[in-house]
Amino acid sequence: MAERQVLIEVKDLKKYFKVGKNAVLKAVDGVNFKIYKGETLGLVGESGCGKTTCGKTVMGLYEATGGQVIFDGTDIHSLNRREKKEFTKRAQIIFQDPYSSLNPRMTVGDIIGEGIDIHGLCHGKEREEKIHELLELVGLNREHASRFPHEFSGGQRQRIGIARALAIEPEFIVCDEPISALDVSIQAQVVNLLIELQQKKNLTYLFIAHDLSMVKHISDRVGVMYLGNMVEFASSDELYAEPLHPYTTALMSAIPIPDPDAEKEKKRIPIEGEIPSPINPKPGCRFAARCRYATDQCRQETPELAEVKPDHFVACHRTMELNK
Amino acid sequence: MPKGRSKRGEQKMSENVNMNIEDISLTDDLFRRVGTEGLSGEEIGKKSLTYWADVWRRFRANRLALFGMFLLIAVVLLLFVGPLLSGQDYQYIDSSIKNQSPSSEHWFGTDDMGRDLFTRVCVGGRISIYIGLCCTLVMFVIGALAGALAGLKGGLVDDIIMRICEFIGNLPYLIIVVILSMVMGRSLFSLVFAMSLTAWVGTARMVRGQILQIKEQDYVQAAKALGADTRRIIIKHLLPNTLGIIMVDITMSVPGFIFSEAFLSYIGLGVKPPETSWGALASAGQQQLMFYPYQLFFPCLLIVLTILSFHLIGDGLSDALDPKLRQ
Amino acid sequence: MSEKILEVKNLEVSFRTYAGISHAVRGVDFYLNRGETLAIVGESGCGKTVTSKAIMGLLPESNTEIRKGEGSAILFHGDNLLDYNEKQMSQIRGSKISMIFQDPMTSLNPTMKIGDQIMESILIHQDISKAEARNQALEMLKLVKIPNAEERMKQYPFEFSGGMRQRAMIAVALACKPEILIADEPTTALDVTIQAQIMELIGSLQKELKMAVILVTHDLGVVASVADRIQVMYAGKIVERGVVDEIFYKPSHPYTRALLNSVPKIHTNNKETLYSLKGTPPDLINPPAGCSFAPRCEYGMMVCRKRYPDITRFSDSQECSCWLYHPKADTAGLPEDMIRRRAR
Repeated sequence: MAERQVLIEVKDLKKYFKVGKNAVLKAVDGVNFKIYKGETLGLVGESGCGKTTCGKTVMGLYEATGGQVIFDGTDIHSLNRREKKEFTKRAQIIFQDPYSSLNPRMTVGDIIGEGIDIHGLCHGKEREEKIHELLELVGLNREHASRFPHEFSGGQRQRIGIARALAIEPEFIVCDEPISALDVSIQAQVVNLLIELQQKKNLTYLFIAHDLSMVKHISDRVGVMYLGNMVEFASSDELYAEPLHPYTTALMSAIPIPDPDAEKEKKRIPIEGEIPSPINPKPGCRFAARCRYATDQCRQETPELAEVKPDHFVACHRTMELNK
Repeated sequence: MPKGRSKRGEQKMSENVNMNIEDISLTDDLFRRVGTEGLSGEEIGKKSLTYWADVWRRFRANRLALFGMFLLIAVVLLLFVGPLLSGQDYQYIDSSIKNQSPSSEHWFGTDDMGRDLFTRVCVGGRISIYIGLCCTLVMFVIGALAGALAGLKGGLVDDIIMRICEFIGNLPYLIIVVILSMVMGRSLFSLVFAMSLTAWVGTARMVRGQILQIKEQDYVQAAKALGADTRRIIIKHLLPNTLGIIMVDITMSVPGFIFSEAFLSYIGLGVKPPETSWGALASAGQQQLMFYPYQLFFPCLLIVLTILSFHLIGDGLSDALDPKLRQ
Repeated sequence: MSEKILEVKNLEVSFRTYAGISHAVRGVDFYLNRGETLAIVGESGCGKTVTSKAIMGLLPESNTEIRKGEGSAILFHGDNLLDYNEKQMSQIRGSKISMIFQDPMTSLNPTMKIGDQIMESILIHQDISKAEARNQALEMLKLVKIPNAEERMKQYPFEFSGGMRQRAMIAVALACKPEILIADEPTTALDVTIQAQIMELIGSLQKELKMAVILVTHDLGVVASVADRIQVMYAGKIVERGVVDEIFYKPSHPYTRALLNSVPKIHTNNKETLYSLKGTPPDLINPPAGCSFAPRCEYGMMVCRKRYPDITRFSDSQECSCWLYHPKADTAGLPEDMIRRRAR
């Protein structure tokens, strides 16, 4: 396979929040990955695992505590104001909540046109044409431009959010749980639209979600996060065919299958308790407290993300013995 | 369970159900496949309403608020047209007609110097309302700016502004007014200055809270991600979304200032004679309470009506602006 | 033998809005047997939540109209709940029929200890001493598998995590051992792993307390393992119903099929276009004439836009409202199994 071009490289990215005296919330704690041009990288994990913070830090919406985000050769956290504005033209974000992500006082046309206005891309009639074009691209009508967000359903709003991100023709889009708040039937609509747009415009996505089946569907490679750490990283087919980390296997077995017989036969791997607080985490493997295979070593040493198979990385001390 | 159902709703509902029962003969032609041709599945049936049109619609539906609005308009009209109607001069002293009861010539009677009370109440009311509006304006401008700055910038700026707010908020209000009116003399300006000096603190706190909340909304983040600068974020996103709450605050503040002015005038710290206000009139009327109660009654009535109307409007507005009460 | 404990007949609910009257539920009939799980599935705005709130008598009085008389009724053990006044309803609510919501934070009182909240609901409906109520509350917390129940009794909702809050809410709802539990999207706000835990919990509690469950959700995947019967709602009407296997293996209505198909299977190829429903559910202020699904249905015919289809029965349990099962329907391009079902 020809060497692909790296668009984004995330190196040892850290994002901590101070939440009080001596309490540090380590939302993202040393994450590494590369995103190639034209591919979709999926990030999955339960809420509180730091995937959204990771996406927003990659976008530069949060200042990084440590590490680098290298976009096309330059660290985006070292940009000055003008360069940052240039960067926003190339990278965009789609939000989770279709209700809070659109300004209720602006018309849909103005919401979509905001990026065009900020960057002065076009004016007057041309701007209007462009907005209508974008509306039709995401399956809405041009008549919708003069309406307000509250008149639309969740799925329609999410598509307006996509049109807004596309207005300035970015190369890279962070999709921050774009489907979690939508009905299942509408999720497929949005995912199809994202895939179609990617093929048409050669977009690169960082797709963040907690729904593993959708992530598998849209992503080329998938990273599984747990409490600010990457615990497993592989191509999506490989990950779903052969998950190696105990957390990934448990996550996979929790996906409900829309098939009563299969569901009856399925053995769910129980996972005890809930994701612990990321404030002042204990040393050792973060998953140890909920892992049924945890040993003393797991509770003391933090496992490194290691390549156990070509392009399949796992952070677990016991990968080898558990997956014989 | 709702008990009383309106006839109108019932009728509409059955119409809808019967729509299908109307007989259509099932010809073969009807079973032609058409798919979704000509139908987009993305239609929006409701007619479009802008935010403020929607607020107005809900405000209008509130009878009390509407009553408050008409009451306020009537009072304000009276204040400006009244003196023309009565044809009297509010400063004209005629010792031959001291302390007369209300009559066809002097609608509210006359005071202890023989001045026409109706005209005085009208002119005094103008000053009262003028002071109320001025103070609110000053309070709003300073408060909104300070609050927005604190909320937006955060960190040290926020700390400094909030400490200043706490300091000013804890100063004894009456002492400040007394000191200021001693230093600056008794004038309209010093009165407005003294009253708004402490009042903006509340507005600043409220605006700051709103900004802190809206700042975290995804649409502000989206604007940032699109490369919007701070100016644009304030003008396009923060301001329009705080305006509603600020408006309620303003309508609720005006009566407060009118009341404070009345109180200050009453204890002799307000406007200087021969200018007058409702507070000053009430103060004068109180001395005659035993013999000529109407001299106290009329200024008080006007104060009560004005304050009531502002409160009704404020309540209506806050209901109309509350997204939870939207139907 | 199955015994009908709840029967909903021709339920019609409409809301007054500024733009006109919104017909949220337009003639819904169904029943619930003792101890069974009935799933109501549909997109947001299809009337599934309104239906369950109507049963609970929780719809706001100010702008809601529920049709009464002319065969409209909600029969609980034969008594029409629509005729109950607020006082009678509050005796039923929480003790005979309970409801849990999507967002536990909004239905738990943030200023009350969890234990007190469970006790409150016991003390309202049962004439027992405080100490006894406390014991029962503790029992409940243990039943919903909250660890350290003794200590948890004294904590406030904010000290609970999302999944624990959902468990606490279930404990409050089940405190009086109701006959019917209505669960409105109980797992939508939760992560998959917690979602599985909660569904399992509801299932085991149901067996233990022998109660009937109405499960309201938009996700067919969730109901596969727990539901006995499913009814699919669209735009305020039930378009198809049947037992679980019928809905999953022999779906008849194009909408049910669309719902099933839009769930991605782990085995489908990456980036293959998923089956997706076009468009958005219709506005119920001015619902389309005829079948409301017609604007989004790829097999739509002229007649679908004119008149609402009659019910076609496939078995004792399965029925569906769709013109495609009319003898004259245009069958060109219909999926194999649908044509086969027509022939029967």
